[in-house]
Amino acid sequence: MIEINLLLGFIIIAAIIAVNAKDLLSAVVAVGVSGLGICITFLTLKAPDLAITQLVVEILCLMILVNATIKKDLPFSVSGRWFLNTLITIIFLIAFLYIGYQAISGIPRFGHPTMRVASIYIREGLEKVHAANLVSAINLNFRAYDTLGEATILFAAAIGVMAVMRSKGRKKKEERETE
Amino acid sequence: MIQHNANKGMSIIVKSIARILTGFVLLYGIYIVLHGHISPGGGFAGGFIIALSYILIMLAFGKEEILQRVPQATITILESVGAIMFLFIALLGFSSGYFFRNWLPEGTPFKLLSAGTIPISNVALALLEVSLGLFGIFLVLVLLKFSQKK
Amino acid sequence: MITYFLCLVLFCIGLYAILRQRNIIKIIIGIVICEYSVNLFLVLFGYKMGGRSPLHSPEQSITNMVDPLLQALAVTSIVIGLATTALFVAVAIRLYDKYGTFDITKIHELRG
Repeated sequence: MIEINLLLGFIIIAAIIAVNAKDLLSAVVAVGVSGLGICITFLTLKAPDLAITQLVVEILCLMILVNATIKKDLPFSVSGRWFLNTLITIIFLIAFLYIGYQAISGIPRFGHPTMRVASIYIREGLEKVHAANLVSAINLNFRAYDTLGEATILFAAAIGVMAVMRSKGRKKKEERETE
Repeated sequence: MIQHNANKGMSIIVKSIARILTGFVLLYGIYIVLHGHISPGGGFAGGFIIALSYILIMLAFGKEEILQRVPQATITILESVGAIMFLFIALLGFSSGYFFRNWLPEGTPFKLLSAGTIPISNVALALLEVSLGLFGIFLVLVLLKFSQKK
Repeated sequence: MITYFLCLVLFCIGLYAILRQRNIIKIIIGIVICEYSVNLFLVLFGYKMGGRSPLHSPEQSITNMVDPLLQALAVTSIVIGLATTALFVAVAIRLYDKYGTFDITKIHELRG
């Protein structure tokens, strides 16, 4: 599958640019480009549901990140021991890649998955649930506990954002009372 | 129609296009939510698309338009209604068996009213997602306020 | 096997950004890249050569689909990634408000 390898190469180049850019806005735009590449890769891998979700989530994530980086500069300063830290990190990453390569040699080849549970869902999904979209049927009927857990996580994240963003008002009131 | 105020928001070209496009984006989002069991999409993607139609108005016209149309109390109530509706549908499965059982009759496939409780769950999840997307807007508004104060 | 290895290289790029960058926004970018690579790996694992997308059609009966269970898992993972990114950015903005900089070597108080 040569086109998947080409798309992955494009995504890796965009990610390298995002990590090494000096300007914060350029880095955020590069992350947006790599997310778009991931969306096209999902389409090539026959997953239309995922492509729609990834595109929309990408847009929202970019909106939040771009508004966080307006008018704030990157302080460019290099401290001592820079060479030693980078060397240790690169050695660690090479060891990680080597162990990962050993792990990858053990899983089935690309394109021939062992679908033991999924073959049951494909065979009996339509007659048990009468839903044409198998991904929705699995998400909301066969594995609905996971969707309940996900709704809880989204709820907790919304409450967390509200709690973090609001504490400024209360502190000012306390300061006014102690004066 | 939303009036054009030259001080806030973007130029008049962007405002005219945003006025026309928002209705289509909203309709497309509702279509994806309701057809979640027939074609790809479902509650998550559709809910975010509905939120994006409000974000388009906020980016083009400034934040006062959204704040007077959707006050902040509405968003909290919408989120709680979505989550409680999802849990309620799950608990009603006790009436004919176990937790999360599909208790509506399943019709013929490929029609809009088929597949048991899946369309109702899609709508409940979409309500949750819409309010999350709108929370994202308010996070961005607070960020804008911080960056303008400096 | 090249495809899986390229996915692992993408994860390592994100990991390098988390470990070596000094700006909080760059660390958040590294976390986002790590998440993209993990979702991509989940979908790559379930791809079948010559398979079709997991949707039934009213005219034909389809038997060679790609793995739908892994795609359902990946949908959940993508939406959770958005929620955690929003929380990270909110905390980063509060830090900027208190210390005036995004540099992590200058943020040194544990309680504040």
